[in-house]
Amino acid sequence: MPDIDFTTVHVADVSRTYGRRRALSHVSIDATEGRVLGLFGPNGAGKSTLLNILATLLRPSQGEVRYGTHRAGEAGDALRGAIGVLGHDLYLYPDLTAAENLAFFGRLYGVADVAGRVTEALALARLTDRADDRAGGFSRGLRQRLALERALFHRPRLVLLDEPFTGLDDASARILIERLKGLASGGAIVIMATHDFDTAETLVDDAVCIDRGKAYPIAPGAGSLRDRYRRVLQERG
Amino acid sequence: MPGFLRTVWIVLKKDLVVEARSRELVYTTVFFAVAVVLIFSFSFVVEGTPLTDAAAGILWVALAFAGTLALGRTFERERQSETLKALLLAPVERSALYVGKLLGMLAIMSMVVLVVGPLVVVLFRVSLEGVFWHLLALIVSGGIGFAAVGTLFGAMLNRSQSRDVLLPVVLYPLTVPVMIAGVSGTAALLSAEPNIARAEVWLSMLVFFDAVFLTLALWVFDAVMAES
Repeated sequence: MPDIDFTTVHVADVSRTYGRRRALSHVSIDATEGRVLGLFGPNGAGKSTLLNILATLLRPSQGEVRYGTHRAGEAGDALRGAIGVLGHDLYLYPDLTAAENLAFFGRLYGVADVAGRVTEALALARLTDRADDRAGGFSRGLRQRLALERALFHRPRLVLLDEPFTGLDDASARILIERLKGLASGGAIVIMATHDFDTAETLVDDAVCIDRGKAYPIAPGAGSLRDRYRRVLQERG
Repeated sequence: MPGFLRTVWIVLKKDLVVEARSRELVYTTVFFAVAVVLIFSFSFVVEGTPLTDAAAGILWVALAFAGTLALGRTFERERQSETLKALLLAPVERSALYVGKLLGMLAIMSMVVLVVGPLVVVLFRVSLEGVFWHLLALIVSGGIGFAAVGTLFGAMLNRSQSRDVLLPVVLYPLTVPVMIAGVSGTAALLSAEPNIARAEVWLSMLVFFDAVFLTLALWVFDAVMAES
């Protein structure tokens, strides 16, 4: 477990501007351990900006994010050790092998028994037989699986995923769903931005629509997740 | 979490493994630096006699150009899969990431010096008798100053669309003191009658610049890499 721990993430009235453009406007969201929160919305709505703020890569222009009792600015390096991020770009070195990529990030996060964890992570990614192949030679789907294990290598409390199903075939997507459900049931807080409603339907516990920088809860109820999302968008014009 | 020196070693080792595998930076920078020295040698060596002080200037021009090429490419690698972002997400002191990248740059520049130095000695008929260690000290301290500024701005400009143009535009004016001290000190050593005392003055200035640049870079790296 990382040096800093928490069981909730509270996004309080967060806004973020890039120059004169407002990417997020007064967003308030809560996420708790053991649950998967899905972020849905059109392209450019602000989902990635919110994930970057949660990852501490961006500072909010207004409002704050609290990780349990900790704030990003105060908790510093140790807080980053409790967060795992799978971005749209996969954060893998193409010239390093699959095993070397995992070991590099494992050492950077101060993981104990890196060699043992690498073996374990490669097995979870079903890449044991490709351990010594360079990541640059992998297909998008294989790199996605490797990148997921890289993001989870240090067993983070908060898992942030941006379009995690991109490039995955049906079998890989099903395995990823089970992996994410397992993470949540193990006590992780999972926040995921995706456009894949069909896959997310079976995975997310809570859903939020981000549209033009504003957050609207997608309430549970009748109809599919996609229908409920569309209703929220229609109601907001 | 790994300590400062451990983080430096992890980042440096990764850069060395990547370079040993691709050899892209070493080949391109050495080839470029050798080409610069050869082209200048056609102009500045007339009937077997080199122009006074030409060797010093050409050596430093070759190092600066090759260093800029290496800086651009080393951060381009970190941009390909946004791995610089991944480094910034790690729970480590960001200044340790800077030092790791800086040492990687110095390793590449050392390879350039190993090839270009002897070439300059041969083409410009330079005698290193009694000045070798002073010359080495000048090159090492000048290289540190150049790479210290370059690594900071290379990382800062990584997100900029026009980083390839901006890096030399920002880097060369800021490293003018390093270049002046390096060329002047080297010229004092490579002249017909070497002036060790003068070279030592320039060397002490280079050490001073290194201290200033390194202190400033370590101080501001975390702040400039954090998007506000």
